Amino acid sequence: MEGFLNALVLLSNFLVIPGLAYGCQLALGALGVTLIYGILRFSNFAHGETMAFGTMVTILATWWLKSSGVTLGPLPIALLALPAGIFAAIILCLTTDKLVYRFYREKKSNPVIFLIASLGVMFFYNGLIRFVIGPSDQIFTDGERFILTVKEFRESTGLVEGLAIRTTQGITVVTAVIIVAALFWFLNRTRTGKSMRAYSDNEDLALLSGINPDRVVLIAWALTAIVATVAGTLYGLDKSFKPFTYLQLLLPIFASAIVGGLGNPVGAIAGGFIIAFSEVSITFAYKKLLTYLVPESWAPEGLVQLLSTDYKFAVSFAILVLVLLIKPTGIFSGKSL
Amino acid sequence: MRVNRRNIGMFAVMALLITAVGVFQSWSVALAILNLCLISAIMSLGVNIQWGYAGLLNVGVMGFAALGGLAGVLVSMPPVTAAWQAGGSEVIVAVFILAITLIAGVYFYHRFRRNPLRRILVTSVIGIVGFLAFRSFLDPAVGAIEAVDAAKTGYLGGMGLPILLSWIVGGIFAAGAAWIIGKIALGLRSDYLAIATLGISEIVIAILKNEDWLTRGVKNVNGLPRPVPYEIELQQSELFRSIAADWGMSLIGLSSIVVKLCYAGLFTVVLLMVLWFSEKALRSPWGRMMRAIRDNETAAEAMGKNVTGRHLQVFVLGSAVIGLAGAMLTTLDGQFTPASYQPLRFTFLIWVMVIVGGSGNNWGAILGGFVIWFFWIEAEPLGLWLMDVITSGMDSNSWLRMHLLKSAAHMRLMTMGVILLLVLRFSPKGLIPER
Repeated sequence: MEGFLNALVLLSNFLVIPGLAYGCQLALGALGVTLIYGILRFSNFAHGETMAFGTMVTILATWWLKSSGVTLGPLPIALLALPAGIFAAIILCLTTDKLVYRFYREKKSNPVIFLIASLGVMFFYNGLIRFVIGPSDQIFTDGERFILTVKEFRESTGLVEGLAIRTTQGITVVTAVIIVAALFWFLNRTRTGKSMRAYSDNEDLALLSGINPDRVVLIAWALTAIVATVAGTLYGLDKSFKPFTYLQLLLPIFASAIVGGLGNPVGAIAGGFIIAFSEVSITFAYKKLLTYLVPESWAPEGLVQLLSTDYKFAVSFAILVLVLLIKPTGIFSGKSL
Repeated sequence: MRVNRRNIGMFAVMALLITAVGVFQSWSVALAILNLCLISAIMSLGVNIQWGYAGLLNVGVMGFAALGGLAGVLVSMPPVTAAWQAGGSEVIVAVFILAITLIAGVYFYHRFRRNPLRRILVTSVIGIVGFLAFRSFLDPAVGAIEAVDAAKTGYLGGMGLPILLSWIVGGIFAAGAAWIIGKIALGLRSDYLAIATLGISEIVIAILKNEDWLTRGVKNVNGLPRPVPYEIELQQSELFRSIAADWGMSLIGLSSIVVKLCYAGLFTVVLLMVLWFSEKALRSPWGRMMRAIRDNETAAEAMGKNVTGRHLQVFVLGSAVIGLAGAMLTTLDGQFTPASYQPLRFTFLIWVMVIVGGSGNNWGAILGGFVIWFFWIEAEPLGLWLMDVITSGMDSNSWLRMHLLKSAAHMRLMTMGVILLLVLRFSPKGLIPER
């Protein structure tokens, strides 16, 4: 029995909790991609850099707040700085839209042209971020490191295995839930949100019923900037901020959005968790878990790891391939073709 | 080809720019730029075959180029006999198992077309069993191979064949990878191909970085054999010494220039060959069909053209050209460094070349390769100089000035982004438009 409990704790400590936090980050990222896809109908390759930009401004604001002596008790100051990052990201997205994408929208260009334009935008953002904050690692988390430490857990339960919940993981889940709830409330309950969904469903009909397309696009960019900055900041708090990791996040984010169904917000969230949990569970070394569950003589020799963590991108790619082969519209049937 | 003064003029300006670098900086630098310009031109020809002829988005240029580089190692390096004895046979068995798994998986996947549940079940059982069997043979062999003189080798080595052969093999490697990706992602939305290629390129790089038994991973493979003479051999030959003395040049300087010229000659030959084939293909009925498909898929399909099949063909061809260029790059470097493959440099920069040069026009792709690579290299000193001028009024110790000078190197990323966006908007046909 104790072995089983230990196994359960081990599983939650190394698999469930990190997977949950990572899933929230991916889900928020995929929401941004899916929103742009639903309204502007192209895959935004600059999304990873949008996340990085919002995070960067948040970090700068955090430094500024820190230098003027603000603290937030056990929580990281970055939460206070988040609005600044969001604001900057909104400005950036709207400016980009005005200078770059609007032209192609008015010309009704092929989505592929939008995609290539987004590659150019990505290049520009990338340079901008490296120019301002440099290409190196930034750790900007502060406050209490743990909600629950291994030691406390062991003392209170008497188990050998420990369970730790990092503050950043807790914050990630709570913030993601708040943001997603607010977003869905907006999309389903408010008039503007409904007009956005109508526009995404059928552009011509929406235009006929007097929906202003410019306003819809503007709000889509603003929402995208918000979720992107939040996702980026949470990821940066949980791991660390390094400009080029956000470029690499693009693959799992796209995979999440496509697995759930491009253009479908519920799908984006489901996809985020599917990708995150597959990634964590396939790269997890099950050796210790098995030692708790099976008799000692059966204990495996190797790590019992399906894939090394270096190949975590291969997992999201494999799932993406499976979905493309079996159901290209994604689980929740987003838009296709 | 009809003689076009404007186009010839642009190539002449490009030649003049490289000559100017030779005169003002040094000939060695100019030739180094020229060599990379030639390779970039071949890569952008490859992307142009995919994008310009058929409208296919390949965002995984980096992966295909790296596969070409891998071919350089596997073909040219001498085999490590001790490593082969330690684990060679197990690796061969493991690869064999992997191949059988893939073939069986694909076979059963098609066999149970009618029964989706059984299809998924059987395919995944085959996949998992095959993968576990693969790992059970590979893992011990990898340990044994990597233990063989880890500081110097620790990998299986290559075949010890001339490195020029790897250029062809690199093309075949990249073509194989492209075939698999094309089979999966072609025929769906165009963005799916982009995302799938992005994924495969990340995975290729991850494999090259981590499978030390194959590529030595981040320890790099140095000292690849060369297709051209070494500087030191030249310096020792009597004839060469007398020429250097006649021309009044230093022995070292002249030998490095001669070696680079040899490379430039080889690359030019390859570039001209690829260009000749591309032009022939573009002017053939096949090329017209490709453009017809690109411009109106539905109409082409109504005319009985197999759109997905043609797309697969052109995608594989373009990737093969990129793989060829990747192998050439590794040959020029004389080493294989998996960590040096960065998406910005190897994928997105090539895209800038194609868009700026003129998509759909082979000459345009070449010119784009030259222009963009030239500015990519020269933007750094230029940016530094610009920053120096801008900040010259500031206090020499102010943090802003220090920061600006330090960050000047990142300016070129922004510049490339802006160039791409400006060309796409104001001159979407590029420098040399499609005819």
